[in-house]
Amino acid sequence: MDGNELLDPFARLLEDVATPAQVRKIEAGGSIAPLWDALKDSGFLDALVPEDNGGVGLSLDAIGPLLQALGGNAVPAPVAETMVARAMLAAGGIDAPDGPIVLATLTQGRATAVPLARVATHLLVEADGALRLIPAEKIEIGATGVEHSLAGHLALSDLGSAPTLPLPAGGLRPVAAVLRACAIAGAADRLLQMTVDYANDRIQFGKPIGKQQAVQHQLAVMAEQAVAARMAAQIGCAGGMPPSLAAAATAKQISSAAAGLIANIAHAVHGAIGISEEYDLQLFSRRLHEWRLADGAESYWAALLGRDRLETDLSSVDYVRTRVAGAAAA
Amino acid sequence: MFETLSLSRLPAEDEAIREPLRALIAETTAGLATSRRARSWQGFDGAFSRALGAAGYLGLTLPKRYGGGERGAFARYVVVEELLSAGAPVAAHWIADRQSAPLILNFGTEAQREFYLPPICRGEAFFCIGMSEPGSGSDLASVRTRAERTGSGWLLNGQKIWTTNAMHSDYMIALVRTSGSPADRHQGLSQLIVDLKAPGVTIRPIVDLTGDAHFAEVFFENVALNDDALIGQEGDGWRQVTAELAFERSGPERIYSSVVLLDAWIRHVQAAGRFDGATAELAGRLTAQLATLRAMSISVTARLVAGESPVVEASLTKDLGTGYEQSIPLLIGDDLASHPDEPADPELYRTLLYVSHIAPSFSLRGGTREILRGIIARGLGLR
Repeated sequence: MDGNELLDPFARLLEDVATPAQVRKIEAGGSIAPLWDALKDSGFLDALVPEDNGGVGLSLDAIGPLLQALGGNAVPAPVAETMVARAMLAAGGIDAPDGPIVLATLTQGRATAVPLARVATHLLVEADGALRLIPAEKIEIGATGVEHSLAGHLALSDLGSAPTLPLPAGGLRPVAAVLRACAIAGAADRLLQMTVDYANDRIQFGKPIGKQQAVQHQLAVMAEQAVAARMAAQIGCAGGMPPSLAAAATAKQISSAAAGLIANIAHAVHGAIGISEEYDLQLFSRRLHEWRLADGAESYWAALLGRDRLETDLSSVDYVRTRVAGAAAA
Repeated sequence: MFETLSLSRLPAEDEAIREPLRALIAETTAGLATSRRARSWQGFDGAFSRALGAAGYLGLTLPKRYGGGERGAFARYVVVEELLSAGAPVAAHWIADRQSAPLILNFGTEAQREFYLPPICRGEAFFCIGMSEPGSGSDLASVRTRAERTGSGWLLNGQKIWTTNAMHSDYMIALVRTSGSPADRHQGLSQLIVDLKAPGVTIRPIVDLTGDAHFAEVFFENVALNDDALIGQEGDGWRQVTAELAFERSGPERIYSSVVLLDAWIRHVQAAGRFDGATAELAGRLTAQLATLRAMSISVTARLVAGESPVVEASLTKDLGTGYEQSIPLLIGDDLASHPDEPADPELYRTLLYVSHIAPSFSLRGGTREILRGIIARGLGLR
């Protein structure tokens, strides 16, 4: 199955069930049931589940374009997280619930601003060195107070009696970081297209603003950052599950660093209309900031990658080709 | 957008080139100080280039009948990556191998291919590129150097400047006007192969701020050239140069110009036992960027392998890559000088300052940042 055979039906589904109007409705507290039922019925939620367990048996690399499409459509449900969770549950011999699942790494029972936690029915939680599937009602999920955001602050005092699953090497964060990198790459590409289109349409000083060299150069920088974010996301996916520390760190370091720049240039070129609620730009630029901060931002991953790199006596080229790209080729 | 830039892998048979090549490189680089190795593709060593040619590492993408390796762009990528990572002195063969040979293969006559390509593959014919003139830098279409038709060939008059390695080269491929005037812009330009030993050619090296003389002024005073000096079609020079620039801008040299300094700094902090958060963060940031740029660079090479001319993709990668190369001496300088009580090897300091001083050239050579961003803007559909 080539990329387009897989991506095209998924992209059509998202364009149908996650229109900007539907995204806004869910962000305002509307039910995600219609969106979720369509995704569940499509079978895509089991994309990563092995065929022996009734899934599609695809690799993380193969579904990378789908993960980007989720970001590019601002899908207000934890689809990528649920795909990963269902694969981990299958590997651990636990039946997956029907509802949306988010991934959370808890330290002393707490986690800050987990994206989409407030629409999840379950959480796959890393705590005390083990993975557990915990129903949402067992966890205190506090609103962040951030307008339109469905993220939640988590607090869990008692892990309860939920069965544990084997924790992947490096824990839950590397794979979660790769999912964020893919979402950032998808949204970045959407913002680039929107911003180029706007620059070609908006007339000032008697010509489209995109004819102004100062605007062109900002868009060129934005394009470079968007391509770098996508390339880094692909590096993160290439080695499959679980991603290596070096691959995941590269993916999230680069995409998080790009996210802020991309959001800022998109808004700079759009001017005032871009920060209005009714214009779609904010659906994507707000998410770039949320995903940048989720599961470790650029400096967190830079430090982890740097420690790994400094522990080797490899040259820089040998390190990136054997530990980052090399892991991807495995 | 730019979906064709997608993660690509170097084939295993090309990866296999690394080990034997490393041994050959080490013989030459073992005796070189770090600040010499930091010169990389500015470092000239004709004997090393001939050794590479004898071992079959030059002309890798050329057909075997011209002495080439018939291997393809991925094999060349591996060789170039190894040379740059080690800081090997590659300037002698650099331009001939990178762009003159592909240009002659694509646009030359059979006689020109048979004459020029085998010595390029042996590391015995060195080329330079005559593009910039005193009045023509980024505005390349305004060149004034002129070749007039004579009964037996061409008469060349004019001047080139900032020509890398002209004084060490056997030939220049010059972009000159063969008809019309500078007002005709891209029309009327042609490429000529100039034998730099011909009467009427004067080469004057230009010393740069680091004390090196890697570029030169080249004067042409009634230089008589044969008919077969013309490469490709008369009047097609602009199109040919554009195709050539895709080769010039796409290689790993656009991300590795500071890698010798980066490796020297890593060894320094390792030796100092400095593994604190800020140090790890800087090492990690530079590593993640290198990994991503390398992936972009390989994916541009994959477009070359697919037979495309990835001008916009190469420009994206070069602009981002040269920004990275330029950030390295600034960040490492800040790091070292912000640990004033931690002694650094004088050779590391010397390397740092060499790279700091030469770094502005990274985003000038092969197309300035401003020109590249214009090309990207066109690729985005803004022009």
